[in-house]
Amino acid sequence: MSEITSKTANETPAARSKGARPVQLGVIGTFLARQGILVAFALFMIGFTIANERFLDPDNIMGVIRSSAILGVMALGVTFVVISGNLDLSVGSMMSFATIVVLDLHDKLGPALAIPSMYAMVLCLGAFIGFLVGYLRLNSLIVTLGMLSAIHGLTLTYSGGKNMDIADKEGTWFDVFGQSAVLGIPVPILLFALLASGLGIMLAKTPFGRKVYAVGGNGTAATFSGIRRARVVFTCYLISAFCVATAGLIQASRSLGSQNTVGQGLELEVLAAVILGGASLMGGAGTIFKTVIGVLILGFIQNGLLLVGLQFYAQYVVTWIIIILAVWLDIAAKRGKLWSPIA
Amino acid sequence: MSEQTPALRLENITKTFPGVKALDDVSFSVLPGEVHALMGENGAGKSTLMKVLGGLHQPDDGQIIVGEQPVRMASPLDAKSKGIVFIHQELSLADELTVAENIYLGELPRKRFGLVDWRRLYAQTNEILKRLNVSFDARALVGDLSIANQQMVEIARALTVDAKAVIFDEPTASLTDAEKVVLFDVISDLKSSGVGIIYISHRMEEIFKITDRISVLRDGAYRGTLETSKTNDEDITQLMIGRTLDLSRNLAHHDVGDVVLKVDNLSCGHLYENVSFEVRHGEVVGFYGLVGAGRTAIAETLFGLREPTAGRIYLDGQPTRIHSPADAIRRGISLVPEDRKAQGLVLGMNCRDNMTLPQVDDLKAGPFVAEGAEIAIFDQYRDRLDIRTPGWRQSVGNLSGGNQQKIVIGKWLSMHPNVLIVDEPTRGIDVGSKSEIHNLIRDLAGLGYAVIVISSEMPEVLHVSDRIVAMFSGKIMRTFTSEEVTEDNLIQAISGLSADKVA
Repeated sequence: MSEITSKTANETPAARSKGARPVQLGVIGTFLARQGILVAFALFMIGFTIANERFLDPDNIMGVIRSSAILGVMALGVTFVVISGNLDLSVGSMMSFATIVVLDLHDKLGPALAIPSMYAMVLCLGAFIGFLVGYLRLNSLIVTLGMLSAIHGLTLTYSGGKNMDIADKEGTWFDVFGQSAVLGIPVPILLFALLASGLGIMLAKTPFGRKVYAVGGNGTAATFSGIRRARVVFTCYLISAFCVATAGLIQASRSLGSQNTVGQGLELEVLAAVILGGASLMGGAGTIFKTVIGVLILGFIQNGLLLVGLQFYAQYVVTWIIIILAVWLDIAAKRGKLWSPIA
Repeated sequence: MSEQTPALRLENITKTFPGVKALDDVSFSVLPGEVHALMGENGAGKSTLMKVLGGLHQPDDGQIIVGEQPVRMASPLDAKSKGIVFIHQELSLADELTVAENIYLGELPRKRFGLVDWRRLYAQTNEILKRLNVSFDARALVGDLSIANQQMVEIARALTVDAKAVIFDEPTASLTDAEKVVLFDVISDLKSSGVGIIYISHRMEEIFKITDRISVLRDGAYRGTLETSKTNDEDITQLMIGRTLDLSRNLAHHDVGDVVLKVDNLSCGHLYENVSFEVRHGEVVGFYGLVGAGRTAIAETLFGLREPTAGRIYLDGQPTRIHSPADAIRRGISLVPEDRKAQGLVLGMNCRDNMTLPQVDDLKAGPFVAEGAEIAIFDQYRDRLDIRTPGWRQSVGNLSGGNQQKIVIGKWLSMHPNVLIVDEPTRGIDVGSKSEIHNLIRDLAGLGYAVIVISSEMPEVLHVSDRIVAMFSGKIMRTFTSEEVTEDNLIQAISGLSADKVA
């Protein structure tokens, strides 16, 4: 049977290409498609700088990075999941959950106990998703889309539908994660940088990281090489949950009070950043460094659009357009064509 | 009979793929009301010829004549409209649709406003089903039918057009004996209605039972046509193999050591039953049989990908259970899988990472992968196996098939396994690399490795094996030593002939 399949795989493209009229990209086109995001980014930056001189102001730049930190921390974890060949759309509502839980426990247990308790609960959610996707081999899109909704319900149930606030906002040290700075660098940026370096090294240098690429690149071949695929996928979701918990911690600490929808919609922005960075939705490709670049690009474009006077609400549309462009260019670069009827 | 105008004639068909002449000046014809067997080894060109006939490939040269009309088959649909119908080995039906919908898929009868005329659809279908004498109704869901009945649906589909020739490709592969009888009845009905039938099969017994003439392909060329009633299986086999093989077989004799792997009455559902064999250090055991005979399933069981339903596996005399590939690797069993690209390699990864993948947990410097050690391993096996690549950073997907296969082999050799299983070692690999890989397998045996080679190519099994296990539909028919094996008795064993003689 596999004999037949492999033959068809080899022969049909040639046989079919006569009838099809794919748009060939050529060398320059392929380069542009591959680096298209950077090219587009450069054009945006130049445009924004001309349109508004405040864009390149150091304060503005620092502001963009700081406000990107929460998104960025989440994107780090999702990068592992995407490289392993899966999706995580639950990170937005999981982040709301983390934020609400840690704020609530802050007053009940004190910050020192609230933080580890929150991490434990969020990791349980991650483990549950990892079990469903890794061990039961359920489709990650369905599982995490369902979890997006389920965790939102969990958060609303937990909070009774109300917003959560810390009672004594002056007397707590809990604000260090979101509001203070070390050596002039805001702690959220520091946490983002620390996590990015740690996870970046993990992905690039450890045996586990290598297995993530193998499982995402070709799960069957990874299994045939003795890699326990389910365990790798499970661990990726744990890492994602850990990052989400950290993002929730920063969010809670920054505002010391929160709506229970604070993370709503972030899953798409996170995914946009990861794809912008060049991680393939097919799995097997991407790096933490590139994701960081993707996060910054997204942050600067959104900031630039605000500065040129685009309404905040328009950003939802813009984010979507960026995702579509990124995915299209990714596929186009891979097949060397902007459009093709097969594959 | 030879005075008749053939239902279908192929004249001087030639088809070349890059580097391979798949069909070389092939001509033969099928008469109306004749069952004409097409035989040949795997790779002899049967499938390519059928693809040319079915419009999937265009011939470089030659022509197809249906009745008296030379035709060009632009596509499978075109072939069907010209009266050439295929009954494929792998059924191409939609499980969730009814029998009638499947039969008329794409050409459902319409009423006004483009609505489907269900009444006419079911009436037409039942008429055809009546001709086939089947037990199911036009409204039955295809997914609920047995494989044999699904095949009947395919045949019914063939009857909706005015078929000139019907091609059966290994139709009995998944049928029970009772179902075969029904199929043969249908074939004989078709035959008496004047349709020409091409019947592709490896099974001698069936060939003698239902065909009128036999045409043989070998190495892409037409080798002759025999009248079934005036021939025997020796003649056919002779025509199929034909070549004079290098019988020295490269069996540099070396000491065969202790038994490493012993398999005792192992079964796995219907895939294979009561399989027993052993492999010694320094020995190459070849497994030969048709696709689906159970060879790959045995390899997958030994590699921990399938749980056996009965029987035992012994490693170095100890009874062993192997639950996962990781388990198998730890016990020194390695598998070079049959589908290199889907199972053997992560194509987007570089050569070095692919080669060290199974041992990446063991190659550590502190918490990190010891990349220096990895490069050393890669360099060592690149030199030893003569892998041609610009460097370890090269993505494996860019290498040739032969070099890719060497990466997979190097991946396991670098872990010094006790048992190396190689499934279809040279599928899709050019001739040069092929003999390199054959020599390598012999060398490995010389070094004391226990090697199992699974292959569908007879010359390959004969060339590399010390002993050959012949399999037919899940059972070991016979084990040959290299002294007693001949191409003749091997082909008979894997066609199930010896089984019938025993039974």
